Amino acid sequence: MEKLENREDLVRYINSLKSGGKKKNKKLVSVCGGPGCAVYGAEKVEAALVDEIAAQGLQDEVEIKTTGCHGFCEKGPILVIHPEGIFYPQTKAEHVPEIVEKTIKNGELVDKRVFKDPASKKKTPYEKDVPFYKLQKRIITGNNGLINPRSIDDYFACGGYKALEKALFDLDPDTILNEVKTSGLRGRGGGGFPAGIKWATAKRHEGSRYVICNADEGDPGAFMDRMILEGNPHSVIEGMIIGAYAIGSHEGYVYVRYEYPLAVKNLTEALKAAHEIGLLGDNILGSGFNFDIHISRGGGAFVCGESTALMASLEGKPGRPRAKYVHTVEKGFRQNPTVLNNVETWANVPVIINNGADMFSAIGTEKSKGTKIFSLVGKVMNTGLVEVPMGTTLRTIIFDIGGGIPKKKKFKAVQTGGPSGGCIPEQFLDLGVDFDELAKVGSIMGSGGMIVMDEDTCMVDVARYFVDFLKDESCGQCNPCREGIKQMLHILTEICAGNGKEGDIELLEELGAMVQKFSLCGLGTSAPNPVLTTILYFRNEYEAHIRDKKCPAGICKPLFHYEIDADACTGCGVCARKCPQEAITGEKKKPHELDQSKCIKCGICYDACKFNAVVIK
Amino acid sequence: MENTAVNIDWDKIDNIIESYNRDRESLLMIMQDISDIYNYLPPETVPVLARKLGVRESLVYSVASFYKTISLEPRGKYIIHVCTGTACHVRGAEKITQSLESDLGINEGQTTEDKMFTLEAVRCIGCCASGPVITVNQDTHGGLDRSSVLEVVNEYKRSASS
Ligand SMILES: Cc1cc2nc3c(=O)[nH]c(=O)nc-3n(C[C@H](O)[C@H](O)[C@H](O)COP(=O)(O)O)c2cc1C
Ligand code: FES
Repeated sequence: MEKLENREDLVRYINSLKSGGKKKNKKLVSVCGGPGCAVYGAEKVEAALVDEIAAQGLQDEVEIKTTGCHGFCEKGPILVIHPEGIFYPQTKAEHVPEIVEKTIKNGELVDKRVFKDPASKKKTPYEKDVPFYKLQKRIITGNNGLINPRSIDDYFACGGYKALEKALFDLDPDTILNEVKTSGLRGRGGGGFPAGIKWATAKRHEGSRYVICNADEGDPGAFMDRMILEGNPHSVIEGMIIGAYAIGSHEGYVYVRYEYPLAVKNLTEALKAAHEIGLLGDNILGSGFNFDIHISRGGGAFVCGESTALMASLEGKPGRPRAKYVHTVEKGFRQNPTVLNNVETWANVPVIINNGADMFSAIGTEKSKGTKIFSLVGKVMNTGLVEVPMGTTLRTIIFDIGGGIPKKKKFKAVQTGGPSGGCIPEQFLDLGVDFDELAKVGSIMGSGGMIVMDEDTCMVDVARYFVDFLKDESCGQCNPCREGIKQMLHILTEICAGNGKEGDIELLEELGAMVQKFSLCGLGTSAPNPVLTTILYFRNEYEAHIRDKKCPAGICKPLFHYEIDADACTGCGVCARKCPQEAITGEKKKPHELDQSKCIKCGICYDACKFNAVVIK
Repeated sequence: MENTAVNIDWDKIDNIIESYNRDRESLLMIMQDISDIYNYLPPETVPVLARKLGVRESLVYSVASFYKTISLEPRGKYIIHVCTGTACHVRGAEKITQSLESDLGINEGQTTEDKMFTLEAVRCIGCCASGPVITVNQDTHGGLDRSSVLEVVNEYKRSASS
């Protein structure tokens, strides 16, 4: 790879990519290589494509590209054929020959493979018309389907490093800072702190300043940072270089979770390429600015996502947080001024520099600007990653984009913000999602996890689940968090086991308030949120557990049993065949019976019955 | 566990330490690289790490015990991680764990007698759209239920015995 010595080199290089190479009318087949599609066998599809294209002698007319995540994980493996943008979901290797023959060779659609929108029943052959994508605004994620994450040229071709060019040669560091400030960009990792203010504060302090990217993504159910790092690592690198230039830093780190080996691989490759071509290292593009980025891998500790714990971990120590009497912008990593931002926050920076602060702040709500990526998961039809303008309502996200709840079940709640967040009930579905609106209903934006829950989810169990999570993740330094969480867990476990007592709910509220107020770090101060919001909105479920000894959702085993509704049962026999305990008997076409003494409440019959004849009592 | 000690290839360990320039801040990553070879961090390596990186043994132990990805006890040839993240939890991750526990005859956190499988819970592996999810070493399997997860594990049993 040639080394670009100055601005002219860069411009010439990018222009040469545009004019050269690409044959006119060349087709591009983009195969999603994201984690969701990989699980469903995307690799086999790609291999079949390569073979078929070769067998048909089409190598010169067709380019096959494995890209990062396209977002629509539910329908993987996803194949998109450009320039038309033909969208084929749920492709299998055996579909490939027909797709190559018809669509790639003859420009016809393969009718059977075309996406049919389950809601409108309409066929939507083009990616841009698929409702899942149509209602999104994909500023950060839109290029994922066009970029091979291992190719810096692909990033250039999508306008990559244009913002860096502008920053280094047309703007001075303070102008960049101001631009980020006026854009209103707030941190995407949880707190929503204004990025520009953080940068400016770090700049006011002397020392060797550091910029760090938080890619610890500990919030279970959220995977947008993984998507960005795996699919478009250069966008994060570009953001970090610009940030470093703005605050005068010469060294950066990316702290990545151990669980994301592909992100580490793609990022490592991207850093190497940026280095070789002269966008990292000494005297970047002859500007006189030096900057380099290193990778550090985490060790599977949730608390290491917290800023001070992350920095301790980077220094090779156990990742324990410290009290923030002195902020990390003054004394952070190696006791020096440090700017820590989330992956998605960094990826927004080039967008702001390219389009200007005004264009950026035109998107979103009064106090939350730009877009946000949400991971829409749990009991929802279209699981995947969704990027929408701040202020989009929960209803639009869950029902219009997400397609609603599967199996005609009823929506119960959506959990946002991970273990520090809360559960939002139906009455707030028309809430426009931004940092402040979520806080008003007792939850938080967090990093953007959105876990949809239906009528079969027990809210007391959900609260117990999160507290159990946090019990394992509490670093144990401070008493309120360590002991408070343990006590809350004890009470919740007893309630779920059928041993709840009058007064338990009040005790939980009291303990929660104490832990919120007196814990050392953000883990503790936010830990009671899932408990307090479920009590606030689903108190009746707690009461049913405690007073009536019933779990209405049929999750807490000691508190319910299954019965067969003789009126609804058609005697099809599916449940009896599937029951591992042989607890169900009955004649064909006659209502069946369930022997309670044999039943282990595994729920197989409940899931299997198509007539809703197995009921929770 | 005393008699299960492995033969340690000290040259490899040296190479790993050198590849991080004996940087003490890289301690965790060095331990992870060693773990990738043996599936655990052999305790014999602790004093060596301490000496070569110029840190106290107590620091090495405290880092090893703080981070979940490091185990000082031998683990199985195949490490099964059942995701118990929120998205997988609401889609029935618990049933996956129960199914594996009864099939392998071990509890979560344990290793089978024949040192073939270790069963561990992890909180989210970033594949939440396809839950419930497990990983077996580097491979991810999603959209599982009680019975399909056993088919997955049987594949590994078969490839181990062939
Ligand atoms: C317990 C805990 C866990 C956190 N985990 C993460 C994380 O996984 N990723 C992240 O970006 N921020 C996480 N944060 C927030 C960080 O402390 C910090 O605010 C953030 O990385 C700053 O970047 P931002 O302003 O761009 O969001 C966590 C905070 C707490 C208290
Ligand atoms: S919750 Fe299971 S992979 Fe994220």
